[in-house]
This record gives sequence, structure tokens and C-alpha cells, in this order.
Amino acid sequence: MLKLTLNGKALSLDADPAMPLLYAIRDIAELTGTKFGCGMGLCGACTVHLDGEPIRSCVTPLSAAQDKAITTIEGLANDQAMHPLQAAWVANKVPQCGYCQSGQIMSAAALLEKNASPSDSEIEEAMQGNICRCGTYPRIKKAIKEAASNLQKVKA
Amino acid sequence: MSLTGRTGGVLMLGSALGGIGLSSLTSTASAMPITDKTDGLGQDLGAFVTIKQDGSVDIICHRAEMGQGILTSVPQIIADELGADWSRVNAVLGNADPKYGNQSTGGSASIRRHFAHIRQMGATARDLLEQAAANKWGVDKSKVKARNHQVVYLDKSLSFGELAEAAAKLPLPDPASLTLKDSADYTLIGKQDIALQGLDSIVTGQATYAQDVQLPGMLIASIERPPVVGGRVKSFDASEAMKIKGVVDIIRLKDRSFPVNVKPMSGVAVLANNTWAAIEGRKKLKIEWDHGVNVSHDSETYKEELIKKVASKGKEARVEGDVYAHTFDSSKTVEATYTVPYHHHMSMETPAATAVIEGDHCRVWSGTQSPQWGKNLVLEELGLDPKTDYDKVEFNTTLMGGAFGRKSKNDFTVEAVELAKASGKAVKVVWSREDDVKHGFYHSTAANYLKAELTDDNRSDNWIQRVVAPPIAWIFDDKTSHLTDGDLSLGFADIPFDIKNLSCETPEVTTHVRTGWLRSVGNINNAFALGSFVDELAAKAGVNTEQMWINLLGEDRTFDPRSEGFKGYTHYGQNDNQDYFLQIARFKEVLREVVAKSGADNKLPEGQGWGISVAASFNSYAAAATKVSVADGKVTVLEMHTAIDCGLVITPDRVRSQMEGAMIMGLSMAMESEITIKDGAVVQNNFHDYPVSRMPQVPDLHVHLVKSDEAPGGVGEPGLPPILPSITNAIYHASGTRIRDLPVKKTLKI
Repeated sequence: MLKLTLNGKALSLDADPAMPLLYAIRDIAELTGTKFGCGMGLCGACTVHLDGEPIRSCVTPLSAAQDKAITTIEGLANDQAMHPLQAAWVANKVPQCGYCQSGQIMSAAALLEKNASPSDSEIEEAMQGNICRCGTYPRIKKAIKEAASNLQKVKA
Repeated sequence: MSLTGRTGGVLMLGSALGGIGLSSLTSTASAMPITDKTDGLGQDLGAFVTIKQDGSVDIICHRAEMGQGILTSVPQIIADELGADWSRVNAVLGNADPKYGNQSTGGSASIRRHFAHIRQMGATARDLLEQAAANKWGVDKSKVKARNHQVVYLDKSLSFGELAEAAAKLPLPDPASLTLKDSADYTLIGKQDIALQGLDSIVTGQATYAQDVQLPGMLIASIERPPVVGGRVKSFDASEAMKIKGVVDIIRLKDRSFPVNVKPMSGVAVLANNTWAAIEGRKKLKIEWDHGVNVSHDSETYKEELIKKVASKGKEARVEGDVYAHTFDSSKTVEATYTVPYHHHMSMETPAATAVIEGDHCRVWSGTQSPQWGKNLVLEELGLDPKTDYDKVEFNTTLMGGAFGRKSKNDFTVEAVELAKASGKAVKVVWSREDDVKHGFYHSTAANYLKAELTDDNRSDNWIQRVVAPPIAWIFDDKTSHLTDGDLSLGFADIPFDIKNLSCETPEVTTHVRTGWLRSVGNINNAFALGSFVDELAAKAGVNTEQMWINLLGEDRTFDPRSEGFKGYTHYGQNDNQDYFLQIARFKEVLREVVAKSGADNKLPEGQGWGISVAASFNSYAAAATKVSVADGKVTVLEMHTAIDCGLVITPDRVRSQMEGAMIMGLSMAMESEITIKDGAVVQNNFHDYPVSRMPQVPDLHVHLVKSDEAPGGVGEPGLPPILPSITNAIYHASGTRIRDLPVKKTLKI
């Protein structure tokens, strides 16, 4: 049995330790907000946090998550209705098809945890692993800055 | 809320969306319902509108949502006509059902071809509410008026919720008796700040895409398909695959013959109780293939053949005057051939569909642009008669994680049904990224040839153009040997220039891959060729490119290609609808707008250049301006602009987002994306060898909406065609390097 914490809840899984975390989250835990995009860690659609670090769950074996805490898009807001990034995403009408946006938001959330006020180039650096085929990058950039600024206001 | 295995497919509807902006922090995220089943507690006012007990309104969006925003626009049009309060409207995706009219979502057609019909659905429901109120007050219906979610008469008012029950009992009004709102009275159409449907569920991970459907006891299928189109399984050994824990069944798919249609062709499916086991099992399959007739197809050799073909006269599509009687003066003539490779849609969500057969009923969930076509294919697959057995198939649509034309084709849906039938289980077919890249319906590789002689006043009276590409019609009829009139109507033989002697031709061609519609279709190569060629003519004449376009377009006039030599013009399905005849003035207006707003006519430092282009497609007009720098053989795109005249705008923000997306997709296509074929099989695999633009590559983007009172045009596709030539023209003006063969990365560093 593999033990881990998923969005704050303890979880025991009887699964192949080599199974990528993505499929455990989607098929076994039935949380489908985390998406499959490439299976090679190339597109970022499957991004989740492993002990706070953004990882590509499609190439991270379940064994690497043993005894660790995983946060998915469903758990990002914690006790709020929405994380400030999710609210900024809505305010800026970022999504088109929306499929990549869980991964985009999880990457952005990890960025803001480390850097409360990222510059354009820091945002590009942190987000270049997340592909959006619809072309929402300019709005993603804007929403990250807006969320960062709103978070600063809350702290001030 | 979403469809989950635990509820066994019973669906619930989310509440209306909360406010947007920071207020969302405190609103409860509501999820997107994914089917048109209501909870049975509302009152149906026609096929599209249900008033709920709390007075909120569910409105069906019968067109498929793939990111274009139609989930907002269709309910928005209906709600406007209905007089509903937008904050109390909840969009519901419609399942496949003929009661909704045409549901095939492609050709940027949802608004431009169905606007009047959609409005009528709102007017029907409004009429019922008004009639119910008039009955209660004992006054004539003409005296009462629905607005802001209530019906009013003098100082009296009744809310929609109060009227719903009585309204639902009334007979539906005669459509001919309905009066539609005057455009001056629109309350939602064209509004800048309209809240979009579904955003809350997307950003919280609650929205249901085809990949997300879960049913009790469902198996996941991963399919190994023939690497070459027309290939089939000769033999296979599944013994090692069956040893993988979680693998339940191995099923050989039927072999199907040409034409390829939109069905699977052959393959071996591994069914397992989770995705990972299905993938691992599939790796252990040993399959011997019969590769079939297309095994020698090589895209490089093929491209050389296409170039050779357009060098000679082809089948005439449009002829004016007699250009072949003219002797071209080489000192005033430009002659060029442009080529584009095969392209793939590369939607972020790979194809997926789920099916389960229970007794003589089949339920399907699919992320498809063509629910009704898909349902007919399912009926055919199960040997059911659409006339008598139509209701034996329930065809549910989900949101699509991108589609761009690929998901019009329901091969993946048929696979799910074939496997559900063969296994007796609920089956979800999921495509890997490699499956998606290697088994697509590709944008046709194409060669365009142009030759024109300049007049002394920098126009042209003598012009020859040819295009050759494997036609999409081939998938339905494998004897198809030429592009069709429909193909040639996509920015080719509908060339809007005033030219005395013109010949538009298409040579014969053979096809070896599955070709398909990809965002703007033939306009991709035709606009790249024409937009580049006008730039080349401008350079030859020594005038700026905007001026050359204006000269070639000629006098402002209404242009119907059918009366100027192109009898087969298909007019994006508008037939004789004069509201959509091409207007030369509208080409010029978007061009002027993009140049004025971008400053593309300003001088730039050495090594930088602006490129512009313009194209009309899907009854809209778009012009693009791109600024690049070229240094040490490396191109950097600095700034991109699009001006769009799409007639009446329904949802301004979604027009902007489609233009932004088209600029970025155009950037990918122009700079780096390419599908190549070797020994009949697609060479590329995933995002590393079919790259698309990432955030750092995308410059500042600017969208300029041209105010227009014309009939609504398309939005999803028209932004793309002018982008590619705007980029390559900019490269020419920055560096003197003329790119005639895409992608750019074959010639310059990116």
C-alpha cells in the first residue's frame, strides 16, 4: 500500500508504484481537474504540487509521492471558494477551451509562493513549460500580475 | 458538479454562475452541467429555454464548445431576445438532437449561419411569457413587454418565475408571428463586459471534458493503430500484454476499407481498469502490420511533386479574359511558388469518448464538434436504423479541450462504441499524444503558384494562379483527384482583385494521408501565398504593400465571384445571401485600420521590419501587421496586430480572444510546426518534435475591432489566414530574406 496525502486527506493506494501520479489522481482518486496533455512532461497540463513544489504528474511515479502531500487544482483554494489566481483568471477571462488552465494555475501558484511580485521575464521563465494551444498566454501573464498585486494588498 | 461514476450517469445542474472579478472570491464555484437533461423541475418554453423553480433560466447551447466561447454567445443571444437577466442565466450544453437544428460546429458558422434561428428560440420563450402575463391581466399581448427577467404592463409586473408554469402550458407560437427585437434595443448582444459562462468551473477543475467522463466499472482502452493509412493488422500476439496487472481484455478492431471516411481503420485495443495498465499492456503487444498502399508516401518527395504540378496548367476553376494569349514582359513580372507542410491541430485535450451498451440502448459521451453526425455513425456501427431506432442511442456532448476541426471527425467515438459492444463493458477510449499526432486528419500540404505582370500604374491585368493539395473530399471518396469548388472557394478562386485576364487552376493530385479541416482550412496556404505575392509585387513595383493591395483590389464594389467567372463558388454556405457578398471596401478598411493602429507604415531601425496582409474568410475580414527583428540569421517576433471586421459582434471579448489565439496559432505554424511523413507514417510524436509557441515566444498582441453594422460573420477562423504572410513579409522587410517554404525554421533560426 502506498500512502500519501491528497488535498489534505490521507490516501492509501493499492497500485503499481511505477504508475504516474496523474493516473492515480484521475482514475483511482477520481479527481479529474488535473489533465493529461503529453505524457512526457512537455506541456504542463498535469502540473500538481508535491510538498509545495510544482511537478509534472504524468512523469512522476507514485513511489515518489510516498508519504508526501499532493495538492491538485481542486485543493488549491483551500478553505476559500477560489484562490486569488483563480479569481484573477475569471476576472481576466483567461480560459478559452480551459483544458490546460488547471496546470497553468498550479504553475503560477507555485511561482507566487516563491516570488510575490514576479517580473514579465520571471513569469515567462516559470510558465514556459505550460503550453496553451488556444493562445491565452498574454492573459495568463496579466492575471498572474493582478493576483500578485491583490495578494500584496491583502498582506499590506 | 460533474458526471461521476458514483452517480451512475445521473446528472445535476449547477446553480447560476456567481459574479466575476474579486467577488468570485466569496462566490461558490458552480460547475458546468454537461448535458441537456434538466432536473425535471423546470418549465420548458420551447426546446432551448427552461425556467427553473427559483426563477433562474437554463438556456441550451446546442453548438459544441471548444474554446471559442459559443457556450456564452448562444445563450446570450437567446437571453437578449427573451429579456432575461444575464446573472440568472445558466448555459447548458445540448446533446445530439435534431430538435436543435444543425449542431455541426465548424466553418465558424454558429452565429453567421444560425443567428436568426437562435434569436427565434428566445423570441418563442418570450412570447409564451408575455402571453401568460397578458392572460393573467386580461389584456392584449401587444400591450405587455418582457424585460429584465419580468413581464411588465403599465405599473404591473410578473417575474419569469411567476409566469413559467402558465407559460409552459400554452401552445408554441407560430414562428412567423414572432417579432424580433430591433438592434437598438439589444441589452446583451455586443456588450463589452458580459460574464462568460463556465469560467468558474474551469478554473476550479470542475468542468467535464471528454477525458474526464467516469462510469461505474468502466474500462480504459488504449489502441495501437496502423502506422500507415490503409494499413491493417496482419497478426498479433497479446500474451505478454495480458500479463500486465489491470489489463482485462485485448480486442482486435475491425478492418475497414477505403474510403477512410471518419471511421477507425484497424488496430488492437488493450482494455484495462486504469489508464496506466492500458498503456503498459499496449507496449507489450506484438503486432505484424500489412502497411497497405500508402507505405511509400514521403512528404518531401511529395512536396517536390506538388511544386512540379503547379508549374503546368491545371483544371480551370475560374477564367476571365485570356491570359494565355498574353506575352508576359519578364521585367515587370513576378512568378513564385509557395509551399506549406502538413499541419496538425494539436488540441491540448487528445481525442476521447466513452460508450456503454445496456440492453438495446447505447449511451455515448464524446468531445466532438459533430454530435448529430457522431450519433448517426454510432447507429450505423450498431446496425440500428436511424428512422426507427434513433432514441436507442443517447449521445452526450462534453466540453472539448480544443478541437480546431479535428473533433468534427468521430473516429474515436466509433472506436469506443465498437469496443463497448465487443467487450460488453463501459469503455473510455483515450488517445495518447502520440496517437493524436500520428493518427490525425491533417491540414493538407500545399503548393501555390502565382504569376502576374504589373501594369504601369502598379496594378495587374494578367494573372495566373494555381493551387494543388490533397483534397479533404478524398476521405469520403477515394477517387477524388482534384480540389473541389468548396476548397477553391477558400481564398483562392474568389480572389477579389480587378484583373482583366485571370486564370485560376488546380492540377490533378493523389492523396495518401487522412486530410481534414483545420482552423481556416485552405485559407492557410492560399492566404500565405497571396499575401506573400502581393508583398513581392509591391517590392517589384517599389510601392508599399498596403498601396499594392488597394491597387489590386480596385474600385469599391460588391463582389460575387460567381458573376466573375467562378461559377462553383460556395460562399461559405451562404448561397444567394446578398448580406454576405464580398465588399471590397471592407478589405481596405481592415487594412487601413491595422496599419494606422500598429504604425506599420513607420520607418524602423536596420534589422527590423513590419509585414502586413489581409484576407476575407467565413464572411469576415481580417488584416494583420507583425513586427520582427532579424539578427545573425535569427528571427524574433516583436509585436503583432489584428484588425477584424466580423460584422455585428455578439461577444466582443470572445472575438478578441479568438484573434489573440489565431495570432499565436499562426505564429506556431509560420515559425516551427510541421508534420512530415516517411515510409507512409507520420514522423512526429509529441510537443518536442511538433512544437507550438510557448509563452516566451509570444510578443505583445493587439486586437482592433472594426465597428460594423453588417450581418455577423465568422470569428473562430478568420483571424488566422493573414497571420502567416504578415510574419514572413516582416522577415523580408527586416532582412531581405523571402520565405516561400514554411515553416520559417527551415531557413532561419527562431
